[in-house]
Amino acid sequence: MIDVQNVSRAFGMLRAVDDVSLSVGEAETVGIIGTNGSGKTTLLNLITGYLQPTSGRIVFQGTDITGLGPRRVTALGMARSFQIPQLYTGLTVLDNILIAIAAHSGRSADFWTPMYRSDCVTKADELLALFGLRDQAAATVSNLPEGRRKVLDVALSVILEPKVLLMDEPTSGVSARDKFSVMDTLMPALKEGGVTTIFVEHDLDIMERYAERAVVFDGGKIIADGPVADVLARPEVRRAVLGEG
Amino acid sequence: MSEPSTRPSLPLAAIVAFAVIAILPLFLSDWISFLIALALAKGAVVLGVVLLLRGGLISFGHALYFAIGAYAVGFLANRFGIGEALVGLPLATIISALVAAALGLLLMRFRGIYFAMLSLALSMILYTVLIKFYDFSGGTDGLSVRGFTLAGAAPAHPGLVQYYLVLVLTAAVVYVGARFLASPLGYLMQAVRYNEIRIEYLGASASQAILASYVISGAISGLGGALVAYLVGHVSPELAFWVSSGDFVFVAVLGGTGSVFAPLIGSIAFEFVKNYALKFSPNTWQLTLGIFLLVVIYFQPQGLWGLLTRLRAKLRRLRQ
Repeated sequence: MIDVQNVSRAFGMLRAVDDVSLSVGEAETVGIIGTNGSGKTTLLNLITGYLQPTSGRIVFQGTDITGLGPRRVTALGMARSFQIPQLYTGLTVLDNILIAIAAHSGRSADFWTPMYRSDCVTKADELLALFGLRDQAAATVSNLPEGRRKVLDVALSVILEPKVLLMDEPTSGVSARDKFSVMDTLMPALKEGGVTTIFVEHDLDIMERYAERAVVFDGGKIIADGPVADVLARPEVRRAVLGEG
Repeated sequence: MSEPSTRPSLPLAAIVAFAVIAILPLFLSDWISFLIALALAKGAVVLGVVLLLRGGLISFGHALYFAIGAYAVGFLANRFGIGEALVGLPLATIISALVAAALGLLLMRFRGIYFAMLSLALSMILYTVLIKFYDFSGGTDGLSVRGFTLAGAAPAHPGLVQYYLVLVLTAAVVYVGARFLASPLGYLMQAVRYNEIRIEYLGASASQAILASYVISGAISGLGGALVAYLVGHVSPELAFWVSSGDFVFVAVLGGTGSVFAPLIGSIAFEFVKNYALKFSPNTWQLTLGIFLLVVIYFQPQGLWGLLTRLRAKLRRLRQ
């Protein structure tokens, strides 16, 4: 479904992603781990068109998407959430959700019918309930705690009903109690919908519980790739990620 | 600044307000009625500015569309002898929208100070063209707008007919503005102000939202300019001058951006303060206007509309 072929990305002298190749199949759930600065987020940024690779190709469902911008990549069926939530901070949670619903239904250019259309509000309410945000629907996003913003950021990407969902540290900043409940709701739904999911995560509990396959980054390169339990048991992975030995 | 309201608020109060304005000519002198009509027509242009402010875009060049609308009816009346408002007003609106669409393709790439300065530069190009091409535009003399007719009839009291024409069309513009603010595009414009990255990752386009809003804003402003041309009976390059653009931004701040009615309230206040300042202190009227704005910003940063909102809240509390 996604083929990253010998992709590199340099920032000056630093090769943040160095000749990386990765194939992710349909409906697969892949967790990416690695230390800070190992290239995980850069890879997500390259796949979703936020950054252009210095070299290499990225192919999505047979289409070369190398160099395509975020909007065109999104139109092909990819969605993403961010390490730092990208939200409309001066608007309410409900406004954020409704803007995403309007965008997904192709109504962004509509300047005549109300955004608060009853069917859209009903759909938004269902999503708010799914992500546990119903109580904060009327809250201005800038007043939300970081964890809630993170959940909202994920919710906005899920609204697009993507074929591939890429999440950058979806549970960082989310309370210990909430992160499992959100992931317990979200991940089976994505699996059931046949959505290919790639997420970057530091939390090994989350990795073990929700990922089928682990990809480990170190120094811009993939040092391990395989079933989660196997990968996390490897000494070189434990050394690179956990600093053991 | 406060956020524009997202739905047409106070519909009953708005109807009452427009009804009161409708009967004012029965009690007020002609020149005050004229002043109110002028303020309402210019208020439409200010609303155009406010629609862009929603996206955090300050247009210091909206006099461009104000002048295009005015000159469209000016040319029609002066060069072709067509003073028919039912021809002139739609034509002015369409021409303004087309120009906004063309220039919007350039402007939609810019934000912040670059958008503000580029829009200013474009309006000054028109100003220069109007000044220099005398045979075409009448130069600094401008053009007279004679032979006003409405539906083929030359009214016995053109001032009064124009007053109601302005009132009806301003109400229509306010309605369009309210629909816009409550629409997905209106919200997307506000989203532009907060986060363009997320817009792109929702598959929408910030630039296209700006372009569409700019066209609507330009069309509304052109209509306002055309109405002013009929009211004043004359168009001149000063309409495109940067001071005119500055006035529209000034009024937007003065009225506030909390409602589609705020530009009208700001515009009426501006015209009255300006005229009385001119009457009582002809050499220092700009100073008076400046002090007026400073006082409003200092004590009421959300503009005059914010003052009304506060009064309304106080009244509600008193009733409880």
